[in-house]
Amino acid sequence: MNFEMPNFLLALPEIFVLGMACLLLLIDLFLKDQDRHLTYLFSLFTLVLVAVLTVYGYSGERQISFNGAYVADGMSQVLKLGVYFAVFVVFVYAKDYLRDRGIFKGEFYLLGLFGMLGMMIMISAHSLLTLYLGLELLSLSMYAMVAMQRDSARASEAAMKYFVLGAIASGMLLYGMSMIYGATGTLDLSGIASQAATADKTLMAFGLVFLLVGVAFKLGAVPFHMWLPDVYEGAPTAVTLYIGSAPKIAAFALLARLLGDGLINLHDQWQGILIILAVLSMAVGNIVAIAQTNLKRMLAYSTISHAGFLLLGILTGTRSGFSSSMFYALSYVLMALGGFGMIMLISRKGFEGDKLDDFKGLNKRSPWYAFMMLILMFSMAGVPPFLGFWAKLSVLEEVVASGMIWLAVVGVVFSIIGVFYYLRIIKLMYFDEPASEEELECSADMRLMISANALMVLGIGLFPGALMAACAAAFSTT
Amino acid sequence: MQTIYLLIVLAPLLGAVLAGVFGRQLDRTAAHWVTSLGVGISCLLSLYVFKHIVIDGAASFNGTVYTWMISDGVHFEIGFLIDKLSAMMMVVVSFVSLMVHIYTIGYMRDDPGYKRFFSYISLFTFAMLMLVMSNNFMQLFFGWEAVGLISYLLIGFWYKKETAIYANLKAFLVNRVGDFGFLLGIAAVLMYFGTLDYAQVFSNASILNDQTIDIIGGQSWSVATLICILLFIGAMGKSAQVPLHVWLPDSMEGPTPISALIHAATMVTAGIFMVARMSPLFELSETALTFVMVIGATTALFMGLLGLVQNDIKRVIAYSTLSQLGYMTVALGASAYAAGIFHLMTHAFFKALLFLAAGSVIIAMHHEQDMRKMGGLRKYMPITWFTSLMGSLALIGTPGFSGFFSKDSIIEAVGQSSLPGSTYAYVAVVLSVFVTALYTFRMYFLVFHGKERMDEHTRAHLRESPLVVTLPLIGLAIPSVVIGYFFVGSMAFGHFFGDAIFVLPQHDVLAKLSHEYHGPGAMMLHSILTLPFWLALSGVVTAWYLYIKRTDIPETLCRRWSFVYHIMLDKFGFDRFNEIFFAGGGRVLGKILWKVGDVFLIDMLVVNGSAYTMGWFSGMMRRIQTGYLYTYAFAMIIGLMALLAIFVL
Amino acid sequence: MPELSDYLILGAILFSLSIAGIFLNRKNVIIILMSIELMLLAVNMNFIAFSHFLNNIEGQVFVFFILTVAAAEAAIGLAILVVLFRNRRSINVEELDTLKG
Repeated sequence: MNFEMPNFLLALPEIFVLGMACLLLLIDLFLKDQDRHLTYLFSLFTLVLVAVLTVYGYSGERQISFNGAYVADGMSQVLKLGVYFAVFVVFVYAKDYLRDRGIFKGEFYLLGLFGMLGMMIMISAHSLLTLYLGLELLSLSMYAMVAMQRDSARASEAAMKYFVLGAIASGMLLYGMSMIYGATGTLDLSGIASQAATADKTLMAFGLVFLLVGVAFKLGAVPFHMWLPDVYEGAPTAVTLYIGSAPKIAAFALLARLLGDGLINLHDQWQGILIILAVLSMAVGNIVAIAQTNLKRMLAYSTISHAGFLLLGILTGTRSGFSSSMFYALSYVLMALGGFGMIMLISRKGFEGDKLDDFKGLNKRSPWYAFMMLILMFSMAGVPPFLGFWAKLSVLEEVVASGMIWLAVVGVVFSIIGVFYYLRIIKLMYFDEPASEEELECSADMRLMISANALMVLGIGLFPGALMAACAAAFSTT
Repeated sequence: MQTIYLLIVLAPLLGAVLAGVFGRQLDRTAAHWVTSLGVGISCLLSLYVFKHIVIDGAASFNGTVYTWMISDGVHFEIGFLIDKLSAMMMVVVSFVSLMVHIYTIGYMRDDPGYKRFFSYISLFTFAMLMLVMSNNFMQLFFGWEAVGLISYLLIGFWYKKETAIYANLKAFLVNRVGDFGFLLGIAAVLMYFGTLDYAQVFSNASILNDQTIDIIGGQSWSVATLICILLFIGAMGKSAQVPLHVWLPDSMEGPTPISALIHAATMVTAGIFMVARMSPLFELSETALTFVMVIGATTALFMGLLGLVQNDIKRVIAYSTLSQLGYMTVALGASAYAAGIFHLMTHAFFKALLFLAAGSVIIAMHHEQDMRKMGGLRKYMPITWFTSLMGSLALIGTPGFSGFFSKDSIIEAVGQSSLPGSTYAYVAVVLSVFVTALYTFRMYFLVFHGKERMDEHTRAHLRESPLVVTLPLIGLAIPSVVIGYFFVGSMAFGHFFGDAIFVLPQHDVLAKLSHEYHGPGAMMLHSILTLPFWLALSGVVTAWYLYIKRTDIPETLCRRWSFVYHIMLDKFGFDRFNEIFFAGGGRVLGKILWKVGDVFLIDMLVVNGSAYTMGWFSGMMRRIQTGYLYTYAFAMIIGLMALLAIFVL
Repeated sequence: MPELSDYLILGAILFSLSIAGIFLNRKNVIIILMSIELMLLAVNMNFIAFSHFLNNIEGQVFVFFILTVAAAEAAIGLAILVVLFRNRRSINVEELDTLKG
């Protein structure tokens, strides 16, 4: 028997995050409440360092380690950097919000880092086992984060719902994995890909459906979306921000790994499933969002519709299709960060700021942030030249290129319906009278970050080439 | 080199952004310093590039700087094509712009919109440079629209003045017509070539041969003709050719530096530049070339005639610009692209000079623009007088001056052309030599000589303008006089532009002429034997006779020929026709569409109707979200079952 | 000797039971937590059966991981339950409906 040492260096970012998170756990134990910002700074420091490690540790070619359980390739690099960025922004936005509500504790940052570790493992997973472990690490962290505000009845209700439904979804995912394992006899994704052609068709189809149900739940695709509005609304906004941003990148990775790396030969079968999920998501998400009065809930439905769009690129099953979806996922995360960030910007101690009416007359109170919100809403609605437009355009192009023009038309129709509720916010901000004339109060880093966030949406919208090229490159190597 | 090219375009942009966005933080001096410095850098580097490409004969540069996006296999890029044509245009644009920047410091001194103005003209320089340096149609279109936008902004610079707003709107609308054609032309290029890159389009230009397309009415057109005419419609809008010329005279509502920079020297020549750039396409279609030539000739002669009856000093020069643009267009039509571009260059210098000189006069006259209230300014403003004289002599084509060489080569080239319509064009351009001389010297004599017709108060304050104003005049006067002499041999008759301009051998009229060309001196001597020289001379003499010697005759003429006079005052009725037919018709159509289409169909049925339906639907659907955990779980199970039923069983 | 399909059917029955337990139960959240455990056990059954019949050890390794995760999941589930009970003084599933629409 020969013992082969796995290439630990390849997984250095993960190992580093794990080490730092454990260290933080210890440090936080000894910190007094007034020194809690050290935890915050330490987490940000970790994120910056891990980004550096990720960039410099990558050799530029696809490498597999840990007996086929772990892969580092172009896609994993780009997605991980996206995740670090998103988590970084979340941490910055969350600080004031958490402090105002007395939950500025180490747990948020710890759970955030552990959840991020889960996402990183999902992104780099090359086996069903690592996919599952990464997913659970992320999910368990998020369940706990939702329940973090212990005196809030709504948050604990949301956490309970999230937990139960999430556990069902994990169960289904696992059930699907067991079927796939049974049919192919391996957990390794490339092994599955090579075995898929000869495996038992029924067993594979069974497994595929269960698997996709699990993934659809994580992504929030209809009809597995129902947890999403409740959790988004019930959770503290800082946590909603976390749940609504980076995990979408991880969910995309989950799909790309499972369907692109593992089950690409079953494209004919999963394409149909994804079409149904995509159309339902775009329809339900956009239509139900119209009737919402709570902005967090509205954005939750908007997330559902965006999940539908995200699926459009993947369901083409082509490399360029996957890369367009990747572009969509990254763009969406940037917009979602800004959108939830705006809610936190206008919130204060004892005031959540998550009602649509709270945005009335924002232009009179603060023209600059009203303009930032305008950029974000236009972008989400898919108005050129903002980022969201290019994201929608690129997935729709892929759909047309693969010959499903009707599907592209459906997508366009629902996104037009969607424009309505985004524009309503702009109307509220610019044409209605404000309920209060109070100045917005928030710290400088928050102000800076949210302006940078919105301006990035505009800037990348004007020059989308670089990000698109990065996404295309991520899929040209595999 | 790429860094230099980038710097050339970005320096003015940076200046514009600093002066525009951070205007509140900067004081006036800082605003004009940052912008002038930006344009100055750009000008110096352009000269360096000119030396590198033209004098050292380096290979031309064609490269992509940034890929904006790739859609459906088509690359949308920002890239530079620096060959001799663009190198020359870069020098002209940045040099004139620099002169105008300096001049503006004096001219706009007391204007409240001082910083805004500097920001605009720097931005204009950026856009114009992007246009001329482009290596693809998309960037060309970007530059094209950007210069258009800034031109509208500047025409309406004094936005409280009603006439300025009207002129601004007019320029906007007329240019829309041109841009529509231009955009269709670009779309046609994209359709047939599948790319927007110049190099690829031009090297494959021959695929258009014998291709035809059916247009409404079942007529079959050559694709090359169609593309060229559509592109040329764009040029007609921007370069103000009949009948899309109506916006240019009104654009004089903007400040004078703008008239010099945008509406004389650079932006309006973008159309000429574009056609020259597209020469490999235009060469494919004689029909299109004829069309170009006839339009140009008409503009050259008839717009010149209108210059005779104007009394506003700036408007005279504006009509003269139209007429000169007509000359350039004729040259393009005769396939003498090089001569057209040559004239573009000389014209840029002497016309900018004339405008700036007019501006100098206007300052001295306390913003009085009516020539009937001027006269005898020569002794008050010697520098302005002398530089204007130089400009006028260059404009009418006095042998030795720059305008002579370029204009004469155009006239000769048209004479050599064998396209249908070339006889008409030849007659028109020769006749307008006389007209040009007449209106130019009418203006010159009315302003600088003769009786002093201004009121006492104005006369008491008459003095030469400050140095920031006169310096650019001198700076522009030098090239106006000498540049033709130095460049006529290479630009018009030599192979100055190399591969940048493509001419079919059977069209190459300049090559024919070059056999007879024996240096600029011989050309000058020879010209004394030709008709244009005598026509120009007689124009000057006539002007002297009518406006110095017998000042009563013009009025008598106006009375006796009042019918013709009024037609000309009415600018051949173009404006009235547009107002009644297009503007009036547009309003009626708009009203119908608004009442029936918008209010009834869209507002009532489509928008409110669908919004109501959607709202109702949405309200129903949200009830499914009951809030109960078991409902959610149930939905998941149902979803799972449905998918299993569809995809497994 | 039982066949592979016998084990799979047993797994499927356990899985269905657990799902039924989740959405038919409208009273007690703890029963839901029990059902979730059952669901994971059903999956374990599948994995072990496949592993045995395929002569492949990976499935059994997976089961160990699932058991570990299940323990963590139960811990978090119970913790959330405690928080919920402290806030509402009730763990009745039917009363969890403040968030809806």
